[in-house]
Amino acid sequence: MPIDILMPALSPTMEEGKLSKWLKAEGDAVTAGDVIAEIETDKATMEVEAVDEGTLGKILVPEGTDNVKVNEKIAVLLGEGEDASALDAAAAAPAAAAPAAAAPEAPSAPAAPAAPVVSEPAEDPEIPAGTAMKSSTVREALRDAMAEEMRRDADVFVMGEEVAEYQGAYKITQGLLDEFSAKRVIDTPITEHGFTGLGVGAAMAGLKPIVEFMTFNFAMQAIDQIINSAAKTLYMSGGQMGAPIVFRGPNGAAARVGAQHSQDYASWYAHVPGLKVIQPYSAADAKGLLKAAIRDPNPVIFLENEILYGHSFEIPDMDDFVLPIGKAKIERGGTDVTLVSWGIGMTYTLQAADELAAMGISAEVINLRTIRPLDIETVLASVRKTGRIVTIEEAFPMCSVSSEIAYQVQEQAFDYLDAPILRVTGKDVPMPYAANLEKLALPSVPEVIEAVKAVTYTA
Amino acid sequence: MATASKTTSARSKSASRTRSTAKKAKPAIAEFDKDDELHAYREMLLIRRFEEKAGQLYGMGLIGGFCHLYIGQEAVVVGMQMAKKDGDQMITGYRDHGHMLAMDLDPGAVMAELTGRRGGLSKGKGGSMHMFSKEKHFYGGHGIVGAQVSLGTGLGFANKYRENGNVSMAFFGDGASNQGQVYESFNMAELWKLPVVYVIENNKYGMGTSVSRASATTDLSQRGASFGIPGEQVDGMDVRAVKAASEKALAWCRDGKGPYILEMITYRYRGHSMSDPAKYRSKDEVQKMRTEHDPIEQVRARLIEKKWASEDDLKAIDKDVRARVAEAAEFAQNDPEPDASELYTDILL
Repeated sequence: MPIDILMPALSPTMEEGKLSKWLKAEGDAVTAGDVIAEIETDKATMEVEAVDEGTLGKILVPEGTDNVKVNEKIAVLLGEGEDASALDAAAAAPAAAAPAAAAPEAPSAPAAPAAPVVSEPAEDPEIPAGTAMKSSTVREALRDAMAEEMRRDADVFVMGEEVAEYQGAYKITQGLLDEFSAKRVIDTPITEHGFTGLGVGAAMAGLKPIVEFMTFNFAMQAIDQIINSAAKTLYMSGGQMGAPIVFRGPNGAAARVGAQHSQDYASWYAHVPGLKVIQPYSAADAKGLLKAAIRDPNPVIFLENEILYGHSFEIPDMDDFVLPIGKAKIERGGTDVTLVSWGIGMTYTLQAADELAAMGISAEVINLRTIRPLDIETVLASVRKTGRIVTIEEAFPMCSVSSEIAYQVQEQAFDYLDAPILRVTGKDVPMPYAANLEKLALPSVPEVIEAVKAVTYTA
Repeated sequence: MATASKTTSARSKSASRTRSTAKKAKPAIAEFDKDDELHAYREMLLIRRFEEKAGQLYGMGLIGGFCHLYIGQEAVVVGMQMAKKDGDQMITGYRDHGHMLAMDLDPGAVMAELTGRRGGLSKGKGGSMHMFSKEKHFYGGHGIVGAQVSLGTGLGFANKYRENGNVSMAFFGDGASNQGQVYESFNMAELWKLPVVYVIENNKYGMGTSVSRASATTDLSQRGASFGIPGEQVDGMDVRAVKAASEKALAWCRDGKGPYILEMITYRYRGHSMSDPAKYRSKDEVQKMRTEHDPIEQVRARLIEKKWASEDDLKAIDKDVRARVAEAAEFAQNDPEPDASELYTDILL
């Protein structure tokens, strides 16, 4: 039987890639370990090795093809004694159904959303009218934000694991080493506690470090320096000595990386006076807020999301696009219910808003952008209009950001509420590995819709 | 389908980092002239009298919380102060009053911080363990054991980044020398040749635990050996030895050779904090230190012996120091508490 060669997944979150080059031609003999092709993702170029022996019978995906889905058949390998005639037989057989290795929830999948009936995308008041827009991934937006601020201020530098020569574990710092040299783009040893303290010390001395955590899961090793040294020193020094520092990196669940690598720390850091906490959703959020964070004289926690890195958004084509910290954005105007989310929670929320619109429910969608300071006024103004609110986030429910929003809304808009405040969160369990369980552990669009139905008393 | 990465080419760093650490030669003693001795005497006495007064005020309930006194260890910080240059930074843990006085901070402002008053160095919002002065290059005052070591390494990083020729002096105790982040910091400091003098104030006890009960190896000066950081043990009760070793270490750092470790063998006469009765050591042990190795008495004896000062001269200095401390204590007791509005200030810039 000929052997199918499939498009490999090269990272937990890879969904597709480019088949950039075939290194073997049809008819070439192949032994296990031979490099047969190169594929490119938005993060890296990787080699594909053969695992079986045989002859490359047929190339199904020509080189240069973009957007090849993981597990798509890219070539067929013929075994000993087989010839091209075997290919036809193979084609007739049903393709083996391999379990998809892609992200459990592909929120950006172009699933042809129903046209909004009442819910219209809102203009961002922070972007001047008439500004030209361009497409950018979140990854590029973050990189550009750092590069622009490093050009602007020689005291800004970036440090972390694999940020320089490797170009970033998630390629967020790609190209920075070339432009800014090893003095300002610094590879650290794998010592979060130590390099975080070092960064805070450098900030106390007046430099403006950007400390990248490969993921925020690893920042728990360093959380003492973030809380006790970075956040509290300004107060303990009577205002003499602050720490202008940005801690950034991917936060929350990626895909299939299990409990220790899948946690959202927004509420942990939002708990602490002396910190600002930002959780961007779009590329514009990422760029405008990271630039603001770098300029901010306070310690800022900047919580990115690995799954969002590769997502493309329209961002303003401006020389210096900076967003205000502490200001939410109304992503969709609506009248029946207020949906509040941030970060990757927005992907469920916006999709749910589209489906709700098709059902005749007009949802106002608020993208918090910043968790601390919390723009509760924007939330309250919306709730006073709609009388109903659902919050959506991937974090655990207990003591979550949702809990705090619910508290403040009942305190300040109790008389406006027509229904209990509901939240859609990650489940109260460590993140499981199995694909089905992981999917269950995360929020989903149907859960958001159910919650909205409950607060609007819709069948 | 197996895949292999192409972009992850292995990086090989030059592996020749095998510098032998400093051998324990006969300890160097700095030559002190009359002015040096008098300066050291006055500075150490100020710290001692200040700390004695702080102990009294604590007993009177005027100082709250934790209060860690520096009595016995005065030669360490004064010897380093005599060796440093303007611009060099100091950072330490919670036993920090002596460092602040040595960095020329106003005793009244330090004492008023201990009493939690508005004229305190941190407006009364930091307390005994948390005081800072950017102006005098004193970076705290840190309450978490070992945290100041990473932070102090960051100060050294900033010096190198700015090429300003300054050296950071990061003080920590024998207890902190077992903290993990200390070694993370050692590694980066040597890897990047950061100008940091790590000053281990070995006062024999981490709270109530003696060094030998907490540390698998007790020559703490060699704790940087696996990173190639030179280190030496110093008689931390002799201010001249401290100054000599500090000059050497600071010069090493200033020359761009990377960090240096000084293990100051010293002793605290008082308990770990005011609430520690110090039952883990004998009264004899303390008494022996006080009578045979007291850092201030050593200087005093030399001043008398060399006839650089008479008993009356020294009494006059003592009187002057007592007056300064009394003035500081007076201020610290009479200065008002911070205004209630201060509760919500200095959280963010």
